[in-house]
Amino acid sequence: MIGNSLRWELNAFAGFIERQKNLYRRYWAWEAVWLLYNLVSVLSIGYLASGLSSLGLEPGQTNLQQAQLYLLVGALLWTYLSMVFFEIAFAITWERWEGTIEYTFMAPIRRLTHLLGMCAASLIYGIARAALIGLALVFLFKLDLSHANYWAALAIFAAATLPLLGLGIFTSILPLLSPEKGEQMAFAVQGVLLLISGVYYPITVLPGPLHIAGILSPLTYTLDGVREALLHGLSVGGALPDVGILLAMGIVLVPASVWCFGRAEVRAKRLGLLKRSG
Amino acid sequence: MAIRVSELNTAAVEVDSISKRFGELRRAHRLTPWRKAKTPKLALDHVSLRVDTGRITGILGANGSGKSTLIRILATLLTPDAGTALVFGHDVVTGAAEVRRHINRVSVEASFFKEMSPWENMLYAARLYGSGGAGTRGRVEAMLERLGLPLDTLDKPMKQLSRGQQQKVAIARSFLTSPSLLLMDEPTTGLDPRSKREVQDLVTSIRRERAATVLLCTHDLQEAEVLCDRVLVIDHGRVLAEGTPVELIRAHAGPDGGSLEDAFMRLTGKRLEEDEEEKEE
Repeated sequence: MIGNSLRWELNAFAGFIERQKNLYRRYWAWEAVWLLYNLVSVLSIGYLASGLSSLGLEPGQTNLQQAQLYLLVGALLWTYLSMVFFEIAFAITWERWEGTIEYTFMAPIRRLTHLLGMCAASLIYGIARAALIGLALVFLFKLDLSHANYWAALAIFAAATLPLLGLGIFTSILPLLSPEKGEQMAFAVQGVLLLISGVYYPITVLPGPLHIAGILSPLTYTLDGVREALLHGLSVGGALPDVGILLAMGIVLVPASVWCFGRAEVRAKRLGLLKRSG
Repeated sequence: MAIRVSELNTAAVEVDSISKRFGELRRAHRLTPWRKAKTPKLALDHVSLRVDTGRITGILGANGSGKSTLIRILATLLTPDAGTALVFGHDVVTGAAEVRRHINRVSVEASFFKEMSPWENMLYAARLYGSGGAGTRGRVEAMLERLGLPLDTLDKPMKQLSRGQQQKVAIARSFLTSPSLLLMDEPTTGLDPRSKREVQDLVTSIRRERAATVLLCTHDLQEAEVLCDRVLVIDHGRVLAEGTPVELIRAHAGPDGGSLEDAFMRLTGKRLEEDEEEKEE
């Protein structure tokens, strides 16, 4: 009985990944445009760093290559994190726009399967896109990765997945709560994460309240940890505190976000907010 | 699977005094004068009904009469404010997961991923309903062929299909999952007469072959007369009359006899065409 039920849910889980793959393929022109946009954004950050010397900063005053690597790692990771976040957070908006939301919510599957299926598809696609951009960076910039510890970076990157999914699911609740304004609110959340998580600067430069918010953001530990591993060769052992914090945040955020999503779904069904127009 | 005589009198759907109201009461406030005062809309007002297994039950009503709200409640997409609704003995609120295993729905607007093809949309549906493995493509092709849809449309984006073709794919998708209860919300609206006839034939044969129960909301009185074993007339969220088409005509069409449309007009005080005209405006 449990085996059958699990097989049913796994089949649906695969269905969500398959559906997303088909959507990415069918919308390939849009996807190509977004990939180009991401690439151009990351490149412009890289060239900004290259141009710092011509802005009056002498190579002796600051290690320009280190600064460039610092910014590029931030830009690349943000591209990945924001894309995965976007895909999960907009899962509901997207289905409402297509008009399929009621069909998906009526299906005999657990909501957890629905959400995890969407998350898995986003992660796979996000990694693939970030890898393409990373490859372009390696060709276009002289990156000094001689001190990099890839295993530590990978460990932090993997641990960051859990809290990232939690944040994404939390944000996907917004369009369920408000069909009209939820999408804009999700964009605002994404903007706040960019501000407080130290994507392009250490969070110590932020004023008090924003600094505290930065400490609470899992993206801060992801960016810090991956940077330390790639720039300064942080060991796997040294990465463990960051990995631990990220896992702990994930263990709290994922179940909490799924629970909140369930409550929001109950509310949406009570108020009749699942319909396309809301 | 043939319908057993013993099953015909068991209830597929039992709705007891369901009410549903949309919107919360909001008064105009002097501090926010730009916000208009709002009064809640009563969509269903103590509706009770029973749908027997293996039957086609029609719900006739004008726009805003509460038909779609009722269908959404049975599809577990809305929760009632009061009353209970059971689908094969499972409560639509507390036993929603079990209810979902028994039902599927065809809505008036074909709900698809428009860039994806019919095959990709149907494969996704099959996955959500526990299938999608080998043999699914064959079943999809057979179903679409039966609905008169050219097979070369199977891999084209949905947006390239006509409204009628999209609706046929929606119907095929619902049948693909072999539901015990099929909720059809104006499934033939917008179809040409030939397509409408093909869909109606398919509904009849599916009911006959698979013992499926169908709850059919329709504007088409002739369709209701031809397809439905029983018909409910609903207006302003209340059930006005219930019976076989013949019983309704006999009881409500007037002393000289008449049609189901006459019965509907006498019960609700309006023609369905008026409602269609309002919708177009």
